[in-house]
Order: sequence, then structure tokens, then C-alpha cells
Amino acid sequence: MVERTPLLNFFTHLILFIGFVFCVAPFLIVAIAASHNLKDVNDVPMSLLPGSDFWINIKTAWVTADLGPKLLNSFIVAGGVAAGKVIISALTAFSIVYFRFPGRMFMFWLIFITLMLPLEVRIVPTYAVVANVLSPYQAILDLTGLSWLIEKVSGVQVSLNLGLLNSYPGLILPLVATATGTFLYRQFFLTLPDELTEAARMDGAGPLRFFIDILLPLSRNNMAALGTIMFLWAWNQYLWPLLITTDQSHAMAVTELKQLIPNVGGTPEWHIAMAGTLIIMLPPLLVVVLMQRWIVRGLVATEK
Amino acid sequence: MASITIRGVKKNYAKTQVVHGVDLDFASGEFVVILGPSGCGKSTLLRMIAGLEEISGGTIAIDGTVVNKLEPRERGCAMVFQNYALYPHMSVAQNIGYSLKVAGVPSAERTQRIQAVARTLELEHLLDRKPMALSGGQRQRVAMGRAMIREPKVFLFDEPLSNLDAKLRVQMRSEIRKLHRRLNVTSVFVTHDQVEAMTLADRLVVMNGGRVEQVGTPGEIYTRPASRFVATFVGAPAMNMLEGTVELGGLSLLGGSRRLAMSRAGLPVGTKVAMGIRPEAVRLVAPDTAGALNATVDLVEELGAGRVIYVDLDGAPFSVMTSEAVHLEPGSTVGLRISPEDMHFFSSETGNRLDVFKASVPEPAL
Amino acid sequence: MEKRVTFSSWTIGILFAVPQLLLIFTFFYWPAGQAVYWSLTLQQPWGGGNIWVGLDNFRSILVNADYWNSITASLVFAGISTGLAMFIALVLAALTDRQLAGSRLYRVVLIWPYGIAAPALALAFRFILAPEAGFLSVVNRMWPGIWDPGLDGADAMASIIVAFSWKYVGYNFIFFLAAFQAIPRSLIEAAAMDGSGVIRRFWDIQFPLITPTIFFLLVINITESFQDSFGIVDIMTSGGPANATNLMVYKIYSDGFKGLDYSGAAAQSIILMLLIILLTIFQFRFIERRVHYG
Repeated sequence: MVERTPLLNFFTHLILFIGFVFCVAPFLIVAIAASHNLKDVNDVPMSLLPGSDFWINIKTAWVTADLGPKLLNSFIVAGGVAAGKVIISALTAFSIVYFRFPGRMFMFWLIFITLMLPLEVRIVPTYAVVANVLSPYQAILDLTGLSWLIEKVSGVQVSLNLGLLNSYPGLILPLVATATGTFLYRQFFLTLPDELTEAARMDGAGPLRFFIDILLPLSRNNMAALGTIMFLWAWNQYLWPLLITTDQSHAMAVTELKQLIPNVGGTPEWHIAMAGTLIIMLPPLLVVVLMQRWIVRGLVATEK
Repeated sequence: MASITIRGVKKNYAKTQVVHGVDLDFASGEFVVILGPSGCGKSTLLRMIAGLEEISGGTIAIDGTVVNKLEPRERGCAMVFQNYALYPHMSVAQNIGYSLKVAGVPSAERTQRIQAVARTLELEHLLDRKPMALSGGQRQRVAMGRAMIREPKVFLFDEPLSNLDAKLRVQMRSEIRKLHRRLNVTSVFVTHDQVEAMTLADRLVVMNGGRVEQVGTPGEIYTRPASRFVATFVGAPAMNMLEGTVELGGLSLLGGSRRLAMSRAGLPVGTKVAMGIRPEAVRLVAPDTAGALNATVDLVEELGAGRVIYVDLDGAPFSVMTSEAVHLEPGSTVGLRISPEDMHFFSSETGNRLDVFKASVPEPAL
Repeated sequence: MEKRVTFSSWTIGILFAVPQLLLIFTFFYWPAGQAVYWSLTLQQPWGGGNIWVGLDNFRSILVNADYWNSITASLVFAGISTGLAMFIALVLAALTDRQLAGSRLYRVVLIWPYGIAAPALALAFRFILAPEAGFLSVVNRMWPGIWDPGLDGADAMASIIVAFSWKYVGYNFIFFLAAFQAIPRSLIEAAAMDGSGVIRRFWDIQFPLITPTIFFLLVINITESFQDSFGIVDIMTSGGPANATNLMVYKIYSDGFKGLDYSGAAAQSIILMLLIILLTIFQFRFIERRVHYG
């Protein structure tokens, strides 16, 4: 379009540039602070010329917070959550969209409601469930009198117990138990032409074949988008891992940030803290940079 | 090769009934076209034959076996869809061979059969492409190949040419016809395009509002339409219809301004009747010619080979098609000559053809 | 919206949904139900039974000044940070959508903050906004003692708002830009032919057309400000000073897991859940409305 608006263009550039600076500055400051020594980093204002201690600080932070195993844990949990969501959501969406069984709408709402209440607001009881993941089933048996019956008949006292504290399943499963991905797939499945299903049926494919041969390959883009978003989301989880990993062996990288807060008293070791922050924020940042297209697509699709 | 027998077939969606008791017989090896406007139930009928829709009432039998409860794959039908419904992530070869893969045909045999089908349809050089990389006509051929490879008893076509441009449509039409001549498989072809229907069909089924209006060869449908609907639906431009009332000794047309002398043929005086005449059956003559009607020219549509002249006949719109090179200005007067043997009569009440008139119509004293 | 074509076998259909149903029953519905039960009983921290107390837990919370303080702090935090994050993102997205030179760069970079964990950016901002080091400390050089989030509640609140808004500008930007780009170009061109200038077009056409996105983001931002704020608060202020930043989720966590008051924490969870459900219902009303824009 031919449109001459020099003044407006000038302000457009100016505002966007300011926004750009505010967006990038924290990343730069963290990186630069991580390169200073103890004295320089506490200068006011801190020098924006990089110092020379970058690798030393990175190494110190790495050792202090024991980041190696923590990052590995984060990768396992984030990967597990992403994979779990990608698979389970696809199964559920297939069930909701392609079948008409009684109680289907009830199930739809049952799943839909889980979108409303994030884990953070129900941490206390969820924690109790994870401490013994079979407790709901034990309670049901007790309430229905079944455990009494089983004890009478077999003489065995029913006591279901499976603790998931300090375990990968304990970290992963509660994070998988919401409906975000299900609705992403649902939206996509609904856009597929009915003729595709009919063609597959004419070709003799049943539901299972159709799911594996047609639906899943066509959903690759969705899987990439959902997997990326869920990976980021799980990597960035804080409260949940903080609660259920009392044992350092299963702690995640993000929860380690707390160890990096400089102690009060003495000169604060901000250079080490920033080096640690840099390490921990780097993997998700890389994911964002590399997978940007999928993130935007996935996020916007979940809105609908 | 198989015959299809349809008896009292109905289809209901919740409260609305879209197919009202259809009876049809398709002979083995026949090419049947079901023609009708959108929403007339023709696709639903086809999909019930395919097994893609439940049959609400009545029976469908293929080769004498009732298939109502059989899954699509068990019926031995293959289908070509309107939007082709090719699997977008599979190559042409995979698309064509998918039904064989599902059926567990060994891969060597599969490849061989895919090759054979591709040769027939001249798709050999495209076997590794994805549907995205094909033109409309090529996609159409792949869809045909997918149907052919199963060597089905029945071919079903659901408006397969409607997404193609005009030129390609003509070409694919003749290809389908040739293919049918060679394979001689019973085929049912659904369309709303009358030219397609006329050119392809051994036998034509015209449907409207969930009912069969007429079954016959294309020639029969054109020359002796069984109802007012068929008369106006088949043929372009559409047949002219003049409303009339039976009087003593004739028919009063156009609100009484014209009169057609003829015997009443037992119809009571006052019966409402429509008289139809095809635009191509009307002859243009000089104004005020004896035995002709005067009309005022509204618009002339040039078609190249011929022209359609829209005229005003005592306030009623009327069209005439002619291949003569005439120059008519809007507003000028022309004479129209109509022969009694070209007239069709329909009951205004039921829309059914009234053959009683035909034999007894005398020279029109209009 | 429904599919016309489906498969007839029920059992297979239900089987596909079983994993999800088991998960949400175990980790969602049971805990949610448990929370309701606990909120109505007095729960002993380490087992040892419970006593039915009816609504006593809610009563004692609602008369507690600390709890009201927490609600106020949460609402202040939600209001200001949502407003800030949405306004800035809207302006940046609208300007990026003008597609002047360099807009591609902005489109890429402005999304980055979305990927950063709340606690990580909290630690970064804790340094940047530290009173004795970093950058904002410069103001303390000129006017000693004017800025100290460790002692001044307002300063602490400002700190967590800045950190949260920074992340959600990136998030909102993604949605706003997508919404702007979804507006058909021909609509803008038609308005230009009608003689409407850039700014006029924004108010008359683009802004009305993205109102659905605004409502959607409003709800998401408020909901996220309740939950995603936990990491920021825990790293930057630990709820202090003097409970000035003791937001609702943080208070649930500290009452439940540090104070071992399960019943009180459960009652607080219920109130928070109700709040979020109300918000969601509010959102649905607007989702219905946005259908008209098609």
C-alpha cells in the first residue's frame, strides 16, 4: 500500500526499539554479570563491558549447585511430560472426536474442567496422593466395603501403597494430568475432512489402523507444537518439583536457583548466581529460538 | 460385476427424513447416473450403498446379498470422492496401494498391482509424488486408481468431477466412460451436472426431495420427462412453462390472454395445467405470422454457436434458443412458432406428466 | 462442532480414553475432592484422624487479617501486572504488524521471554533491581535509601510486578500478533480506500476485531498471575517484607507445607479454585460472543 507517514514510522521504530532493548537487556545483563569477578559485579552501576571470568564463574556455579545431574533430571522430566502429553492427548482426542459412545459428553466435560484448575491451586491434596498414589483406590475399596469383603474371604488385608515422592513418575504424571493437549488435537481432528475417514473405511481400515496410518502421521505438526510447549512448561515448573523432591537425586535445575541466591552478609556472589541462571535459562531459550514456529502455532491453536 | 437391488430404502437424520422409500434396480455392468439438485438425497443414497451411512429402512442388496449390516470393506464397493480424499502424507503409490496393505497383500504383489493400475491411468511417472504436488486432473486419476486396484464389484462416484475446470471435466468424463467400457464394472455416479449425467449414463435416475422422479435412458428423460421437475431440471436453458386452466374445448393460457384449442381428454373444467416447451423447440418467425405468437425481446445472450433470446410473452418470461444468425434489438417484436408435438403437459397439482393431451391436440389457435 | 463420520465400536473408543481418565481421576478429581473434604475437617498433620468442623476453617480464614492482606496483594499484583503486560504487548504487536523494515527481527526476539522460567528471570531481576548492586542501585547513590525491596513493601511489590510483566509481554505478544495477522489484509485496504489513516484504522477496525483476544488474554494473565507468580515470589521476596508480597498460592504453600496447617491450606485452595472458576465462566461468556466475528 502506498502510504507516507514519516512521523508515525519514526515513532513505530522508536517504540519497537525500546521494546527490543527492554526485552534483550536482562539476557545481556545476566550474561555480562556472569563474566565479572566478585568486585566488578558489585560495582554500581555494573560495567557493561564483559569481564574475563566467564568460564570460571560458569564452572563454579555448575559445581556449587551440582547442575549436571539436575539438568539431566530436568531433561528427563520435561521430555517425559512432553512425550506423555503428546501420546495421551492424541489417544483421548481420537476417542472424543471419532466415537459416539454413551457418556461421551460427560467425559468431554470431565476432561474439559481440568483445564480450569492448575496444579498450583491443589498442591496440598495432590501431594498427599503422590505420597501414596494408590490411596484413592484404597479409599474407594474401604468406602464400598470391598476391602472388608476381600479380607473376610481371603484373609488378606488390602493395603495398597505406592509412594511416588522423589521419583520421576511422581514428577511427571501429575503434570500430564490436564487437558491442554487434548483440545489442541481435537481442534485439528475436527478440521480434517470426513471424506478422509470414509476413504480409509472404504479401503478397509478400522479405527486402530486409521489412527496409526492416517491420523498420527497427519498430526506431526501438532505433535511438534504440543511437545515443544509442554517441554518448556515442564522445564519451567518450580513449585511441584520443590515439594516432592526432598531428595537431591531427583531435584530439577529450576529448583536449584534457590541455592544460588547470594547469602545476606558478606559481598553477594552475584557473578556466580548469574552464571547459574544463564545455564538454567539457556536450554528453554534455545528451544524457543529453534522451535519458534511451532510454539506460536501451538499456542495460538490452543486458544480456540 | 454385480447387480444392485434397492427396495424401500429410507434415511432419517434425527427428525428429518432425507430419503423417502426408494426402489431401484441396477443391472450388472450398467453405468447409472443419479442426477438431482443439491440436498435431494442422491449422495446419501450412494453412501448407503457404500456402507458409509446406516440404512434407516428398507434393504440394499448387491448380487442378491443384503448388505445392510455389512461394513464398507465387506461390500466389495470402491468409491471416488468429490474432493478425492487422498491421504496427504502418502505418496501416489501408497495411496493407491493402501487398501491392499490393509488387506495384508504381500508387498511384491502389491507393487505389481500398483504398477498395473498406474499404467492404465498413465500415472507411472508420478508414483513417488505426494498428492500436494499433483494437478487436479492427476489427483482425480489417483483417486480412480485407488478405487480400481481393489477390483471391486461396484464403482461409486460422488460428484468426482465437480472440482475440475471445465476443459478437464470434459476430458475426464470421456476417460471414465472409456474405462467403464473396458472394465465393465457396475458403476453408480452421482452428480448435479446434467451434461455430465447425459453424456455418461446408460441409465439416468433423477431424484428430487428424497424421491425418485424418473428412471430412464438420457434420451427418454429428455424427450418424455415424467414430471414438471424433471422437465425443468434437465435441459439448458430450462423448459418454458406456461400456466393454464382447462376450459370447454381448450386450455386458457397466460391468465386468459391466449387460448389453446384441444379436447379436454376427460379432465374437468377448471383443472390447473402447465404447458411446457423447450427453448430449442421454438421457432422464430416474422411478427404477426399466422399461427404464431408475438412476443417482445428482452435480452439476447450470444453463445457463439447459437443464441438464447429472452422474450416477454404477455408478461410471462419465455426463452428461445436458435442457431440461426438473427439480429434482434431489445424491445423489438418477434413471432414464435410452437408445434403441438413439442408440447409437454403437466398437472399443476401433482406435477405429473399428462399424456392424455398429446394425441388430441389440434392445430393451436393461440 | 461434531464429526459426521465416526466409528461404531464403542469399546475401542472408550479404551482410547482410559489412560487420560485414570490420570485425571488420580491426580485431579481425587485431590480436588480431597481438598474439599479437608477444608471441612480439622486435619492432623501426620495422620492420626480428623474432626468434622463444617465451615469453621473458612470462618477462621475469613476473619484472619493476614488472609485478607494476601488477597489484596494478589489482586494488586494481578491488576497491575496484567494491565502492564497486556498494554505493552498490544502496542508492540500493533506496531510490529505494520511490517516496517526490521519487523521480522522484533517478531523473533520479543517472544524470547516466554521461554524463561519464572524463578530464573526472578533471580535475574533480583540482581538487576538489587538495592546495593546491579542497576537500579544507581538511584540509591543519588538519594540513599529510596529503593529497597528488602525493606519496603511497595518496592518489593513493584519488583515482582516488573519480573512477571516482562515474561508475559512475550506471551501476550504472540497472541496479539497472531490476532492482528488474522485480520484479512483486504479489510485494511478497504478502510484505506475509504480514506482512513493508520491510527484511525487501528481504532475503527483492528482494535474491535481483536477484542476477543484481549478478553482471552485478560483471563489467562490473571489466572497465570495467581499461579506462575509462585516462583517469582519465592526467589525474589519470599513473601516479604512483612507479608507485602505474600500472594495467595505462596500463602497456601507456606501455611500447608511450612505451617503444616493442611485444613487451612485446603480451605484457601477451595477459595482460589472458586475464584478461577468464576474467571473461566466469565471468559466463556466472551468466547460465545466472539463467535459472531467468525
